[in-house]
Amino acid sequence: MELFKHSDFDFLGKKWPFIILSLILTAAGFVSLAVKGGPRYGIDFRGGALITVTFANRPPVDKVRAVLSGALPVQVQEVSGKQDDIVGIDAMEDTALQAARQKIVDRLTASFGQPSNGKYNINAGGAQALADRLRDPLAAAGIPTADQQLATLTANIMDYRKQHSGLIRNLDDLRSAPGITPQILNVLKQQTYPDTVAVVGTDVVGPTIGAELQRKAVLAVLYALGGMLVYIAFRFEWIYGLAAVIAVFHDTLITIGLFSLFNKEITLTVVAALLTLVGYSMNDTIVTFDRIRENLKIMRREELEPLINKSVNQTLSRTVLTSGLTLLTALALFLFGGQVLNGFAFALVCGIIVGTYSSVFIASPILIFWNNFLEGRKRGPRGPASPRKEPSVPAMVAAKVKTPVSAPSTGKERPRRGAAKVK
Amino acid sequence: MNRNLKIRTAIIVAVILVCLYGIIGIPKSKDELIANWHKNIHLGLDLSGGTQLVMQVQIQDAFKAVADNTIERLRLELQKDSIPTSGDLTRNDPMTLADADKIEIDIKGIPSDKSSTFRSIVNDQFADWVPTALNSTDYKLTLKPTESLKLKQDTMSQTMATIERKINALGLAESSVQPTGRSDAEAELLVQLPGVDDPAHVKQLLQTQAVLEWDEVKDGPFNSREEALTKHGGILPLNTKLVPTAVRGGQQEWYLVSRSAIVRGTDIRDANAAQGDLNRWETGFVLTQQAAKRFETYTSSNIGNRAAIVVDGVVISAPTIQSKISDTGRITGASSQEEAADLALNLRAGSLPAGVKYEEERTVGPSLGADSIREGFRAGIAGVVAVVVFMLIYYRRSGINATLALVLNAVILIAALSYFDATLTLPGIAGIILTIGMAVDSNVLIFERIREELRAGKAVVAAVDAGFSKALLTIIDTHVTTMVSCAFLFIFGTGPVKGFAVTLVIGLAANLFTAVFVSRTIFDFELSGRRQVTALSI
Repeated sequence: MELFKHSDFDFLGKKWPFIILSLILTAAGFVSLAVKGGPRYGIDFRGGALITVTFANRPPVDKVRAVLSGALPVQVQEVSGKQDDIVGIDAMEDTALQAARQKIVDRLTASFGQPSNGKYNINAGGAQALADRLRDPLAAAGIPTADQQLATLTANIMDYRKQHSGLIRNLDDLRSAPGITPQILNVLKQQTYPDTVAVVGTDVVGPTIGAELQRKAVLAVLYALGGMLVYIAFRFEWIYGLAAVIAVFHDTLITIGLFSLFNKEITLTVVAALLTLVGYSMNDTIVTFDRIRENLKIMRREELEPLINKSVNQTLSRTVLTSGLTLLTALALFLFGGQVLNGFAFALVCGIIVGTYSSVFIASPILIFWNNFLEGRKRGPRGPASPRKEPSVPAMVAAKVKTPVSAPSTGKERPRRGAAKVK
Repeated sequence: MNRNLKIRTAIIVAVILVCLYGIIGIPKSKDELIANWHKNIHLGLDLSGGTQLVMQVQIQDAFKAVADNTIERLRLELQKDSIPTSGDLTRNDPMTLADADKIEIDIKGIPSDKSSTFRSIVNDQFADWVPTALNSTDYKLTLKPTESLKLKQDTMSQTMATIERKINALGLAESSVQPTGRSDAEAELLVQLPGVDDPAHVKQLLQTQAVLEWDEVKDGPFNSREEALTKHGGILPLNTKLVPTAVRGGQQEWYLVSRSAIVRGTDIRDANAAQGDLNRWETGFVLTQQAAKRFETYTSSNIGNRAAIVVDGVVISAPTIQSKISDTGRITGASSQEEAADLALNLRAGSLPAGVKYEEERTVGPSLGADSIREGFRAGIAGVVAVVVFMLIYYRRSGINATLALVLNAVILIAALSYFDATLTLPGIAGIILTIGMAVDSNVLIFERIREELRAGKAVVAAVDAGFSKALLTIIDTHVTTMVSCAFLFIFGTGPVKGFAVTLVIGLAANLFTAVFVSRTIFDFELSGRRQVTALSI
């Protein structure tokens, strides 16, 4: 089975619509960013608290909002398809943050939880606390409880809770957990109750460390881009490095813009996804460039634009296959990957699509523009268009060709470029 | 099969075996297999559930403490040589980390004829400090830069060691304390507590400085600070200080106690919670030999007097000394077993040289971690299965080849994580996803190249040969570029970004091996069996 056997699309002839599309997308992103006052950072970068709460019977999100609003600057967000809600608190001072978190938990428990009646909430705390609570009552009920047995018992209960999204709905459900006898269940019922609301995750990030993380992440990415630019410049030619980095930068910008348009938060996990898409996009661009470099060696008489077009066509089936397959995985993650991975997968899906076309419609045209610019300068601003005599972009390729004849000739005529590139 | 191919096959088999050993050891049963898997694959806190804390050590506290201590000693020295000062020695009060080394001690009113004696005292006995004359009678002492650096480092390492002892005493398995690794955050510690999903108690415990003092009570109790001051004519007697009790039922009392303690936290050898009179919980402690002698002399001559047990600047109890005590003592006044046990634990672990402030706290409940693993895993498997199915349809027999390379890549990656003791986190999974993408890409690149060569009319063996060698250059370029970026991410990135970089580099290295070496070997293996190769299933 083959997709593109002899494809011969005129990609670069249609570069303008795509470049304009890119510009529009970038502009839309920028406008959205400007209107919303910058990217919507998650608490990782902004500082604040994020509390994930799960309910046995999820109340309408408005009700949760109503319970929490007023006293605290919180946002409540629904996690689709799950019994979870996310409560976000804005950045505030360290100790205030701790107090606010406690307040939120208290209010939620008061409004949506069950009265404890002096019993122990089996949906809060760990195995140790539960064991401490059960030790004496179990002994009183005449159930032998060595520390070891007790530890196994409570661990089993905790395991059961973990397997059921952090919430035991009914103590009778525990019958199916290993090691729970009717007698033990009786003691459990006397001593504990399952609350209908539980905090399953908390993130608290101080405002200073948030700003710090933000700065560090941006710096790391910029340095990484710089490093790649230098390496590609070393392997190809500097304009290739620049073109690749511009393309990757373009992808990142558009993705961040899309995040703003879709009102999604940028968290540390999303940064990991942005790094991943930088990797993908760079990979794609290099594959194309590699083919261009190779063709420059073989087809020395060809004009640059048709040559690049041909290279893109030759790598087309690879591009479509690889991007299609990775997009497939990213889509699977996006659709079924759950709440934690959602932002991550969204960035990947956008990034793969944008990253694929940027190699063809952004990175490659830059090579052509640069070539035209060089030729234009050589011939004077209004010189007649003539077949390329001395290739400017492939200069280093000529120098790299093993036959000694071509290398010195290029080097001699264009010493500024060719000679330096011999490796 | 030629010799070369045999050697290559042997290498691949060896790599597979080493990797499998790294992942599951040599299991004898299914249970053992699962146990080994869990032992070798460390999940990060975001996946396994647990708490991660970033704390900032308030190094300025240690600087203040050193300055106070110096003031104390210097005052005695000046008295000994009868050098008068106008007013007491004072120090400034740096409030932030950055200001820590701006600590200075002010000495005012040294008569000019005593200035050379004063200078020699400082130079001989307080060599860590540099005296600067402000005018003919006033001086300030600043800490030498080398000493200041040393003090910072000592404070950090002591804090780390103390927190480590506390965590160990709590019995939290696999917990760790380490510097955050951010280059400009030298005063930050990262505490990881797997399995802790309700960190309030632990946080409280770690934050307690636990500076214990056994002081002589000079006067009191008073109902307020003002009352105490009024009684002493507005100024505290020399070498005393006022210490409050904890607020109980809206009431707080103040004691006037000796400034220098009889016994300090460092003198304690062991401490334990126990039930004392009336089944009340209390904390018993045992003193070191040296301190015990001191304590015995003091208690025997102070029977009937009161003493104050001060923890972190608060009087916990003020018992009357009933009899001579040598090496053991009790701290009563705990309201619960937990409180008594916490105090004992803190006394055993030793006091923190400086306070700590929490900057970041991340708690992932085990169920949230389990949910995200389950969902991510399911989605990942679905994605990979789709990719494999497509490859098998599109490349037919060669698709098997690619699938084998892909699986082996994953095995090597997981084994490497196990051998390096690395933890698998969400960003790490991002790295794995990129690795899988690039692994698929490498295979696609090679196969497309071979197809091209076949189309150009080359014989099968030659086409495979050319396909591999031409694609190799591209693969190396893409891989090295990504590795270069990983190097930068590793050097400049913080925790999660670092994790991404590490996983990706390992994955890429594995991929170079599987896509180029293993895949090639499988092709050669297939081709070597047939005498005349005319067709290739690709």
